[in-house]
Amino acid sequence: MDVVLSPEEEAFRQEVRDFLKDRLPADIAEKTDSGFRISKDDHVRWQKILHEKGWIAPNWPVEHGGPGWTPMQKHIFDEECALAGAPMVIPFGVAMVAPVIMKFGNDAQKARFLPRILSSDDWWCQGYSEPGSGSDLASLRTKAVPDGDHYVVNGQKTWTTLAQHADWMFTLVRTSDTGKRQEGITFLLIDMKSPGISVHPITTLDGSAEINSVFLEDVRVPVENRIGEEGKGWTYAKYLLGHERTTIAAVGRSKAQLRKLKGIAKVELSGGRPIIEDPDYARRLAQIEIDLLSLESLVLRTLYAESEGRPVGAEPSFLKIKGTQIQQGLTDLLMEAIGPYAAPYQPEAFREEGWNQEPVGPDYGPALAPLYFNWRKASIYGGSNEIQKNILAKMVLGL
Amino acid sequence: MSFTFTDDQRQLADSVARYLADKYGFDARNRIRNGEGGWSREVWAEFADLGWLALPIAEEHGGLGGSTVDLALMMEAFGKALVVEPFIATIVLGAETVARADPARATEMLPSVAAGEHLLALAHSEPTSRYDLDRVATMATESDEGWILDGSKAVVLHGDCADTLIVSARTGGRDDEREGVSLFVVPGDAEGLKKRAYPTIDGMRGADIELDGVRVGSDALLGPLGGAVEIVEAVVDRACVALAAEAVGAMAATVDLTTEYLKTRTQFGKPLGSFQVLQHRAVEMLSETQFAHALCYRTAGLMDTSSGIERARAASAVKAEVGRAGKTVGEEAIQLHGGMGMTDEMAVGHYFKRLRLIDVTFGNAGHHLSRFVQLG
Repeated sequence: MDVVLSPEEEAFRQEVRDFLKDRLPADIAEKTDSGFRISKDDHVRWQKILHEKGWIAPNWPVEHGGPGWTPMQKHIFDEECALAGAPMVIPFGVAMVAPVIMKFGNDAQKARFLPRILSSDDWWCQGYSEPGSGSDLASLRTKAVPDGDHYVVNGQKTWTTLAQHADWMFTLVRTSDTGKRQEGITFLLIDMKSPGISVHPITTLDGSAEINSVFLEDVRVPVENRIGEEGKGWTYAKYLLGHERTTIAAVGRSKAQLRKLKGIAKVELSGGRPIIEDPDYARRLAQIEIDLLSLESLVLRTLYAESEGRPVGAEPSFLKIKGTQIQQGLTDLLMEAIGPYAAPYQPEAFREEGWNQEPVGPDYGPALAPLYFNWRKASIYGGSNEIQKNILAKMVLGL
Repeated sequence: MSFTFTDDQRQLADSVARYLADKYGFDARNRIRNGEGGWSREVWAEFADLGWLALPIAEEHGGLGGSTVDLALMMEAFGKALVVEPFIATIVLGAETVARADPARATEMLPSVAAGEHLLALAHSEPTSRYDLDRVATMATESDEGWILDGSKAVVLHGDCADTLIVSARTGGRDDEREGVSLFVVPGDAEGLKKRAYPTIDGMRGADIELDGVRVGSDALLGPLGGAVEIVEAVVDRACVALAAEAVGAMAATVDLTTEYLKTRTQFGKPLGSFQVLQHRAVEMLSETQFAHALCYRTAGLMDTSSGIERARAASAVKAEVGRAGKTVGEEAIQLHGGMGMTDEMAVGHYFKRLRLIDVTFGNAGHHLSRFVQLG
């Protein structure tokens, strides 16, 4: 058991740090740090810089353009990016659909889609959930009917994150109503410019517009955009879910958030003293910090199981639950740190394009209450925490 | 980084687990704790023969020089079996205190400890000190022949049977000052030493000890005059990791028992485990155990190379975590066992009691959370 970084790992950390210092645009880091929304252009600008360095796709095999890192190197990279204020790499292309294309797609699909994912020339979104199909995803009803060398797709997808920017959407659609319902599902790649697609923003309770409804009306999708076999979409989707392993814990992001929280709690006053010295607040903060240490410990253990080729098993479900509880706990303490200045609603103060006026209250204030409200999503998306518990009860406890 | 066990460590864990599964089942353990003295000298001799008492002791002191991770692996197995022998008192506290305080004396004293022939106990805490390691009121007065000790020591683990007590006492400073506390080697049967022995609610043994003019020689002073608090803090930090590992073992056993019960007990014509509300609670218990396990071994891995605030903060984090998690897991296990969980006959209650008592040993979750804040 050796729980500190090796000299090689330390050297790698330094290399990542140097790169970030050198290449992460200061305006983007500042936006991330102060809780501004990151625009599509900013995301793409940063992702192209990563691509140029060959670091955009840590999880990809070398032959497709991955850097060939160990699980520990990937972890270090994620953590350093988060601490430096780099925006999250949008996962839908590089981390989600790409592994499915590599595993189940044909050569033409690989040649067509993978390079444009790597270069961030295509923006992807995920068309899974439907108004009637949330946790019970296999009940989905968006229908694809074969018509010559096309499918004609009709239905509605929902909660589609950043679909307003997307060039492509990977979807699960129903191609059969008979037999087991999982076996009637097919995995299609749909060009968002296709006639019949309309994207409507859904305003969330924090006032932001990052999710959408996507309506599909007689959308013609070439059969060549089907992944693998008809009726096997559920299997491919499950493979995709299993692919997000330890990154789901977001240890680096929470570490960055904790650092930010401590900075704010040192200047915000309560009873005339910094709120970080308030015993109740300090203990809640300490509890989250300890939870984060525990989370990181299980992540490290899982990374090693992975690097030794041992099966990772159900750890991702544990990590998802604990990781999101920590993220939500941090946003809660952030909002509480500013007390009544959680109240003024000033969305213009952290919008993508920036704002050159003085906000009401502290500079860091306007983003914090919306962040808290927005982040309630974390225990709902990606398989709600209750679904994760169902999985664990079945897979690990055998109940 | 290599967050994994070596082959030797896996073998150690296997052999301890095998021995205990074979010789230390729940019934055997109950016979032992209800027998004379509350633990088994025969088992203790076997621990010595197997090298387990020597393992955490440094080679130059007659031990095998095992790491804190090795110690944690043993403690985890002890936690699964609810071992009641005086391992924490003699090895984790006693031997470690001697080794840290006075390496020369350790070379003399510890070989017989490693051989299982000599028992130690650390008499440090007092009736009003609670978890503060620097709050010592027991006095050591210098005399012509040595020292005279007067004071009270509270809940000394296995203080009833120790051949030698390591007693802390003031040789200077105020009652709550870090400086001025010294350690003394006191025979367990010294004149003027009164022990009030008792079983503890979790099946171990303890004693409250009165020192009424106990006279010891000048050679009884162990380690630097007035420098005991720092030594005891280091010992207790490592003991917190050992207790955390024991708790992790007890938690894992508790989860197993509870899962098994949910599978076999039927109500409303179905196994309890088919009810989602119970499944989710069982998963919470498992999750607490997984995270505590990972944090425990990461901290164990840090212990031998860290010192000062880094070590103290890591120890407090893990002790706070297992205190909280152990309580949650134990309470939930009783609830999920229903009425059966309330009975002495079921093992689950014994794990629960041990988990709760581990929390109040050397600082509960609240104490260590505060310490973690202060050290931040």
